[in-house]
Amino acid sequence: MDSTTLTTLAGIVEYAVPVLFASIGENFTEKSGITNLSVNGTILLTAMAGFVVALTTNSLFLGFLAGALIGALVGAIVAFSSITLKQSQVAIGFVLALLGRDLSYFLGAPFNNKPGIFVSKIPIPGLSDIPFVGPVFFNHSIVVYASYIFIIAAYIFMFKTRPGLMLCGVGERPAAAFVRGANVNGLRYLYTILGSALVGLAGPMYSLAVKIGWSSQLSGLDGVGWIALAITIFGGWNPLRVAFGAYFFAALQQLGITLQSSTQIPIQILQAAPFPLMILTLLLVNVGRAEWVDRELAALPEKPRAIISKILRALRTSPPASLGIPFENE
Amino acid sequence: MSLEPQAGRTPAILKKSTWIDLGIRISAILMALLFTSLVLVVAKAQPLEAYKNILIGAFGTPIKITTVLASWVPLVIATSGLLFTFTAGLWNIGMEGQITFGAIFTIGAFRLLDHTSLAPNMVTILAILAGALGGILWALLPGLMKIFGGVNEIFGGLGLNFVAKTVAIWLIFGPWKRPGVASSSGTEWIDPKFRLPFIEGTNISLTTLIVAIILVIFVAVMLKGTHFGLKLKAIGKNDKAAYILGIPTTRYFLLAFGLCGLFAGITGAILVTSKQYSLIPDAGAGYGFLGLLVAMLVNYHPIWSPFIAFFFAALGIGNVELQYMGLNTYLSGVLQGFLVLFVLMADGVRKRLVKKH
Repeated sequence: MDSTTLTTLAGIVEYAVPVLFASIGENFTEKSGITNLSVNGTILLTAMAGFVVALTTNSLFLGFLAGALIGALVGAIVAFSSITLKQSQVAIGFVLALLGRDLSYFLGAPFNNKPGIFVSKIPIPGLSDIPFVGPVFFNHSIVVYASYIFIIAAYIFMFKTRPGLMLCGVGERPAAAFVRGANVNGLRYLYTILGSALVGLAGPMYSLAVKIGWSSQLSGLDGVGWIALAITIFGGWNPLRVAFGAYFFAALQQLGITLQSSTQIPIQILQAAPFPLMILTLLLVNVGRAEWVDRELAALPEKPRAIISKILRALRTSPPASLGIPFENE
Repeated sequence: MSLEPQAGRTPAILKKSTWIDLGIRISAILMALLFTSLVLVVAKAQPLEAYKNILIGAFGTPIKITTVLASWVPLVIATSGLLFTFTAGLWNIGMEGQITFGAIFTIGAFRLLDHTSLAPNMVTILAILAGALGGILWALLPGLMKIFGGVNEIFGGLGLNFVAKTVAIWLIFGPWKRPGVASSSGTEWIDPKFRLPFIEGTNISLTTLIVAIILVIFVAVMLKGTHFGLKLKAIGKNDKAAYILGIPTTRYFLLAFGLCGLFAGITGAILVTSKQYSLIPDAGAGYGFLGLLVAMLVNYHPIWSPFIAFFFAALGIGNVELQYMGLNTYLSGVLQGFLVLFVLMADGVRKRLVKKH
């Protein structure tokens, strides 16, 4: 395998990291029954804030901490407004998405295109020497290694531990969880704040590790947050499948970079290429539930019908049953 | 201000609640100003000076006021269109892309009809109608995807926003590129004879102003005074119940999307014929997103939308003056965002207080 292919594959593994943290973070929030639409604004705001904090304090750690804290604050606003004040989750999240973007562009302007500090690559001794696997997976910064552990840890926590099952219960059948002693709204607060803090890490992951620097609108980060939300749906609220979605998106981005250097296609078109695909994947995972599809399928001959319905069933995902529905313990 | 009359409640208490109500609303506005001022302080700028500059930028001279009005026109039309979808309980976040498609169809019509023998006025009217059609078609897509594909209209619309922008950029750099070299500043300008003329000595076209006022009244009447509006509202409150009661919800969802798209298309056409004169990459110019904020702020009441839209337009225009302080024009977005956020939160606080009484 030649070195260009290896670089491209390593690039995919690296580019997927911020999206991974954002969409698995949102996965936690939505599992508890809350939709947090602010992701796009949070990523932009924390990319700017993380970059500026790291630059002025000369500490990468403080840059990431700032991102997580701002993310947590956004999550707290969403939780307070939707759980305590019972306002529409969509409205609050959407306003925060726009506000976060404008705040980052306004406050970040003096720092546009400034050279900053960034996370350096640390090849893992031994592992990085393995042919193919080494250069693709083990010649990265610590952020990438953290993502491997994070995917597996998130999966195990969500489906194999007691608090994880409690989380699922709160999102699926809050009344039943309440009867069994769960503090439904307390847990929803917790996972909205935690999930948004993870989204808040995605920003500095871009500006300090994957797509180093800050340049307001030109950073090309606007829109990634919306893709992350779509990946959560595509992933069927399962961290492993969500991770697959993030890698798929990163592969598309890498393909864009490769095409840009070899063809005349304007960069803006390549940047937008994932969005039609996002719509298509959302159609694929949802269409299996539509009535008319059943009707059409019934009219087909036996063989293709079996194959198509098998594919549709494999793709189909269902949201947590009480996603977006407020819970009142009265 | 909906305080349902309840048995055993004296008018005196009702009056007190009204005052509390007002107080909560005003404190929401003050909170928004406070937080925006904090942001300005962080950016090392004098908040009061910034606000003064915004006021000067928006109302400093008579001609500036007409510029604000010229920005009010597309904003209030976009907001009015969104009231249809909001009333039906739909989140048409794809508004921005629908405006873009309105602009694309308008420019497309001008290109087709450029060298015909039709009178210039006729060509402009046809181009605006084409824009309206473009908006409708692009708005039906998220509706169809929601109904037949089960795709939430928020994600469908968002994705389509980016797709619309891509189509615009492709046209600008490809088939519709300027003679000579393609430029991200847009396609070739339309002939001056096709442009909507400004009132002498102002920045506003009388035609667009009249169209905007007619459309605002049209929406208010449709939503408040017709069976159609009532049915749409019933669907917005509970679409399953409305369906059981015999309202064809699918058709009404599509109608709401189509009407909203019609307004979006007209917005795009007006932007092309009275402001941009060409297809630019950012053809929606943010009016779709801003319209969503205005609609949320007025709590989906058509009566208030012209006033809030005017305020938002003034912020947007006045904002430009901030460049002399070395600040960029994203401040209006910050203030608008805080305003909607705190008004939504204040509404929640108010409901809690009313419940406790």
